[in-house]
Amino acid sequence: MRFSGLRVLKEGLTGNKVWQSHWRDATPKDAYDVVIIGGGGHGLSTAYYLAKEHGITNVAVLEKGYLGGGNVGRNTTIVRANYFLPGNSEFYSHSLKLWEGLEEDLNYNVMHSQRGQIALFHSDAQRDAAIRRGNAIRNQGDDVELLSVADLKRMLPYLDYDQARFPIYGGLLQRRAGTARHDAVAWGYARGASDRGVDLIQNCEVTGIDIEGGVVKGVQTTRGAIKAKKVAIIVAGRSSQVAQMAGMRLPIESHVLQAFVTEGLKPCIDHVVSFGMGHFYISQSDKGGLVFGGDLDFYASYAARGNLPMVEHVMEAGMTLMPAIGKAKVLRSWGGIMDMTPDGSPIIDKTGVEGLYLDAGWCYGGFKAVPGSGFSMAHLVATDRHHDPAARFRLDRFRTGRGLMDEEGTGMQHNLH
Amino acid sequence: MRITCPYCGERDRREFYYQGDAVALDRPDPEAGEAAWDDYIHNRDNPAGVTRDLWYHETGCGAWVVVTRNTVTHEVLSCELAQDAKEAGA
Amino acid sequence: MRLAGKGQIDRSRPVKFRFDGVEYEGLKGDTLASALLANDIRMVARSFKYHRPRGIMTAGSEEPNALVTLGLGPAQDPNVRATTVELFEGMMARPQNCWPSLGLDLLSVNDLAAPFLGAGFYYKTFMWPKAAWEKVYEPFIRRAAGLGALSMEANTDRYEKAFAHCDLLVIGAGPAGLMAALAAGRAGADVILCDEDMRTGGRLNAERLEVGGQSGAAWAEAMTAELQAMPNVRVMTRTTVTGAYDQGTYGALERVASDVAMRPGAPRECFWRIVAKRAVLAAGALERPVAFANNDRPGVMMAGAVRAYVNRWRVSPGRSVAVFGNNDSAHRTAADLIAGGVHVSALIDSRAEARCDLDVPFYAGREVSAVHGGRSVEAISISSISGVEKIQADTLAVSGGWNPSVHLTCHMNGRPEWNERIAAFVPQEGAVPGMLTAGACRGDFSTRACLEGGLAAAREAMQDIGRAVPDIDLPRAEDSAYDIAPLWVVPGKGRAWLDFQNDVTVKDVKQAATENFQSVEHMKRYTTQGMAPDQGKNSNIGALAVLADATGRGIPETGTTTYRPPFVPVPIAAMGAGAQGKGFAPERFTTSHKASVARGAPMIEAGLWFRPSYFPQRGETHWRQSCDREVRMVREAVGVADVSTLGKIDIQGPDAGAFLDFVYTNMFSTLKVGRVRYGLMLREDGHVMDDGTTARLGENHYLMTTTTAAAGQVMRHLEFVHQALRPDLDVRFTSVTEQWAQFAVAGPKARDVLNGLLDTPLSDEAWPFMSCGAVSLAGVEGRLFRISFSGEHGYEIAVPSRYGDALFRALVSRAEGVGGGPYGMEALNVLRLEKGFITHAEIHGRVTAFDIGMERMVSAKKDCIGKTAAAREGLNGSEREQLVGLRPAGEVKMLVAGAHLFNAEAEAVRVNDQGYVTSVGYSPMLEANIGLGFLRNGRVRHGEVVRMVDHLNGVETLCEVCDPVQFDPEGGRMRG
Repeated sequence: MRFSGLRVLKEGLTGNKVWQSHWRDATPKDAYDVVIIGGGGHGLSTAYYLAKEHGITNVAVLEKGYLGGGNVGRNTTIVRANYFLPGNSEFYSHSLKLWEGLEEDLNYNVMHSQRGQIALFHSDAQRDAAIRRGNAIRNQGDDVELLSVADLKRMLPYLDYDQARFPIYGGLLQRRAGTARHDAVAWGYARGASDRGVDLIQNCEVTGIDIEGGVVKGVQTTRGAIKAKKVAIIVAGRSSQVAQMAGMRLPIESHVLQAFVTEGLKPCIDHVVSFGMGHFYISQSDKGGLVFGGDLDFYASYAARGNLPMVEHVMEAGMTLMPAIGKAKVLRSWGGIMDMTPDGSPIIDKTGVEGLYLDAGWCYGGFKAVPGSGFSMAHLVATDRHHDPAARFRLDRFRTGRGLMDEEGTGMQHNLH
Repeated sequence: MRITCPYCGERDRREFYYQGDAVALDRPDPEAGEAAWDDYIHNRDNPAGVTRDLWYHETGCGAWVVVTRNTVTHEVLSCELAQDAKEAGA
Repeated sequence: MRLAGKGQIDRSRPVKFRFDGVEYEGLKGDTLASALLANDIRMVARSFKYHRPRGIMTAGSEEPNALVTLGLGPAQDPNVRATTVELFEGMMARPQNCWPSLGLDLLSVNDLAAPFLGAGFYYKTFMWPKAAWEKVYEPFIRRAAGLGALSMEANTDRYEKAFAHCDLLVIGAGPAGLMAALAAGRAGADVILCDEDMRTGGRLNAERLEVGGQSGAAWAEAMTAELQAMPNVRVMTRTTVTGAYDQGTYGALERVASDVAMRPGAPRECFWRIVAKRAVLAAGALERPVAFANNDRPGVMMAGAVRAYVNRWRVSPGRSVAVFGNNDSAHRTAADLIAGGVHVSALIDSRAEARCDLDVPFYAGREVSAVHGGRSVEAISISSISGVEKIQADTLAVSGGWNPSVHLTCHMNGRPEWNERIAAFVPQEGAVPGMLTAGACRGDFSTRACLEGGLAAAREAMQDIGRAVPDIDLPRAEDSAYDIAPLWVVPGKGRAWLDFQNDVTVKDVKQAATENFQSVEHMKRYTTQGMAPDQGKNSNIGALAVLADATGRGIPETGTTTYRPPFVPVPIAAMGAGAQGKGFAPERFTTSHKASVARGAPMIEAGLWFRPSYFPQRGETHWRQSCDREVRMVREAVGVADVSTLGKIDIQGPDAGAFLDFVYTNMFSTLKVGRVRYGLMLREDGHVMDDGTTARLGENHYLMTTTTAAAGQVMRHLEFVHQALRPDLDVRFTSVTEQWAQFAVAGPKARDVLNGLLDTPLSDEAWPFMSCGAVSLAGVEGRLFRISFSGEHGYEIAVPSRYGDALFRALVSRAEGVGGGPYGMEALNVLRLEKGFITHAEIHGRVTAFDIGMERMVSAKKDCIGKTAAAREGLNGSEREQLVGLRPAGEVKMLVAGAHLFNAEAEAVRVNDQGYVTSVGYSPMLEANIGLGFLRNGRVRHGEVVRMVDHLNGVETLCEVCDPVQFDPEGGRMRG
């Protein structure tokens, strides 16, 4: 069924009786060409692009819970392409381009809103770093501009320019950056993949990966064994456990990242704004809630919930930067499980097992990567060749030191990125 | 969250710095080879369950503490000085 | 309508307030909600999506409808629950989410368009034309959505945070909580008893029940008085426990003074972090609605809330009240209304076998199928097999049963369990370690059961912490059974609301199921049910019952979504208290701070420190003038700079040398006493962590300096390497950064300046370059290091911090006597740039010793941290970007830090990127802008001309690649 304003009108007038499933719930078949472990954003987009770009439709997506139940459904919905190291630059640039055509492509309104993201800086050294970053973004062909304090006062009059502990020196604005409705991204890809014949199987947990002679043969699941010519592990938050089923030990440590939303408010914050002295980033959802987050809780965790020290730190950062939001009331805090890697950048690669592929390590940048990751992963799975924009996301870069992408410059300690 | 420093007693998590897996205690020989060093520096068991990790009582006594902890429930099972753990393992 | 009788209001103290521009009068003890109802205000708000008229529904913090905005300007407080805010004199409350007015709200047209605005409609439309989303659709949706508004003026109210510790935290001061606190208090434990209401008692304040022969409220008051008399018990009313966290940590929000004007100086709210050995959750239960057509009309209220208004505030929400329920709670409401003299037009009980001895029209086995009336209830329809009957009523009190307040037990991922007997979820045992549950929050609804539960929980908690509760006789109390027949939805025409706040109807949930949003999480996210300010407190169970029905599953297998903190909305200002303005991070000041400020130096942030940017002199209008002068001053005479912010770590022990050999790439065990050496420190992954000089003060005594930025990191690293890797080495560390004030004295006349101050004059022979030792200044023991970050003949002199201010003033004064003076960070930066010395602009975490040309400093004779990883193939070779010096070589003479480098003929795009500029400055000595940067394979490219492009500032120039050291490359000035 094609969605449109006209369709909404027509069905509204005739009693909304014909709406159908957005996707088909499938029962597992005995065998598939490709089994994707993980029905999150990246798994679903991989399935979609396998079908759409490569004509591979004999595909199953196995999800242990409900589709889109992982980080794609619990992030702060920011979409941007403002990385500065080779590898990341071209990848996120490609992903942003996919975002820009996503609604048309999926026939699903994911509410991609290019409202602009402003990253503030607070010292000469940070300005130099911002200029370096900005130039890298422009070299890549993406948009970014340097904002003066005068520009900022016009655009973000509610920041504390006079009293704040760390004065504001300027900002880097990417107009094409913004937000999207996170759940809708998962659902849109699910619908698109399902329409193209992909089997989406919820409540189906993978319990083992069958490997014979170094070649993948299929998976064991709570709903029986499934044979597969190729298997893709795309399970951010559980990457280490699933990879272990194939005897792999990954360069990943799992950490909790909390996020927050306030009660609905009339429009007051029109951009995505991020603080440069301590993690704090904020935007306002279309429903009116202020959606914001900060840094990891910093300890390894699979609890998908955090503790007060980081909660308070995030609120404190908010109060020093924009004391006008003080009376906004936090409704809910939650946590996601981040695959933290030793350089803060992800992995899209083959593994030591033939036919087994890995898409992992998105740290806390995974949401904006959903289209790009699916596209590049589908390319890799379908062709056994790395897709150019993701060609540097190699697993062996840590061992060799070649092509590390440490944007933060904090090095091997997983939680510092 | 509260961690028990073997010297200072139970303290708020705010007093501690977290580093990561206690595998960091087991520094390989310089000649151990690329794979051993890759494992030491980058690769992690990363269990969903009981793990041993390293915390530094930064705003307290400065002790590095090996905390045995559950990553799913956040239950803290035991805390010992990294120095003791290292010497016991050495 | 205010009723006669006592209640918990003070009739002698009228309180004037305004709502929607009209002045009203309430009484001391009122909430805004009870005062509005007393004034017969029915419609107080508009709903979120359809802008439907809404009234007050509950009497607690779960209120979904009656959200108002208080105050103006910086004090403007949106989304305040009328049901919990205490009335104060002069309160100004306004309705929100309506335009132009509450009565005439243009967006109520949305209600007519409801067929097109069902669950998730927006995912299916607004996609064409593409550009219209940001320009047309989204702005419209954003303006239509939202509830109240922030003024967006900076907060001017005071908020606080505090810590508390106790043996037992009791959450909720109803009968169960009071009894638990009493028992623990008598056992001698440190107890904190929190309740979000302005008084203790919980439901006892809302009911006519007796406890121990007196009214429940009186009993609660007596209990509270006893608790307050105990030194080991702290009773905190107006305090909502908002979250349960690890190891017995709880968050709590205390409303200290909702009206700050009434209590000058008091914070508005205080956010508590309470650490408790044990906790008893006695949070009570919340009554749930039933879904039927137009069940959201003003005048439809929860039956228990009606009792609260009648009994506690002596307010009847209506003049003719119909009561509808599926349990005995409805009967109690009818009885209390009658006792208050209010007309009860009907009592409808969905249970066919229900009996009633009240003198009211009673309908057993019947259900309310619809409410009639637009802005208020006018009548209701009662359905049965025989047809529909219409009954006049201006208010409908509804009870769909009670949901235990399990919320806090879910904060650590506990899943509540379905209890068939009470048709509700109850807490999972042990869901929060150390937390017990008592009373209605675990499904024990009678007063007697609450008292027993509170006592039992306290006994268990006390036993756990090794205390005994003395014998306590429980007072006599109501002990009726809870009899309920589940009822979620009354079938019929028209929309029936589940989530009032987000306008989610039964139809929406069914449609979600049809569209395959069948997981409870999918349903929630697709319909937005449970995502409003009440977080599903009123709607979750009903919605999942509808979902369960639609998908043919039972409620337990359908499961619930997760309750997460906070239990009630918490202002960002409360959890972020103390950070506004300068409070976000500590400020660190050097001992020369005052003297620098007195000289007009702009102080800039360097991490947490403040350092002088430059020292302006009369006639200088631009920082560059000052900077250029200061650079020349150092090169030609002498300059004084405070370098105390650099990390200083005192290292002692017989193995100190061996230890330093292990953390630095180069050797330190071979350093002679009285000598200083530059050291390079790597992370274990082979990248540069930090650099600095380390002096050997004695055989077993070293003093390490770190960069300002990395001081903490290096200290932590040293402790790690020692404790976790080499505990066999006998060495100890102490940070002495704060203990020593240290000043660089640099320039050809540096020695002259010092010699006037030191008790023993310096000589070149005794103090060669890179020497160190003890000195004495007017009898004060100091340390002198002949080191230089400027490339000049220079020293750093250190004295105990208490002498810092005096020494700085003396040094500057002496320097000025010989044509010198103080210099700031800008000049310091230019001086080091001229010399090619690196800072964290260069060692930014991604560079190796190889990249900065220091690979030869990695000693081949020993192992050190980072050595093995630094040898990885990818960290070496011509592909790497290497440190180079840069100077303009084209028309444009400017360099920009952050600009990228390209081959002279290449287009400035990513694939051609050759490197970037890290630091730039104007060198008055070279009379040119100079810079440092990283260039691919740069060390072999000295002399080559490359193109520098800064897209952001529109600067492009050619520049020549050169050695990083651009001034005095032989270093004669420094050594001489």
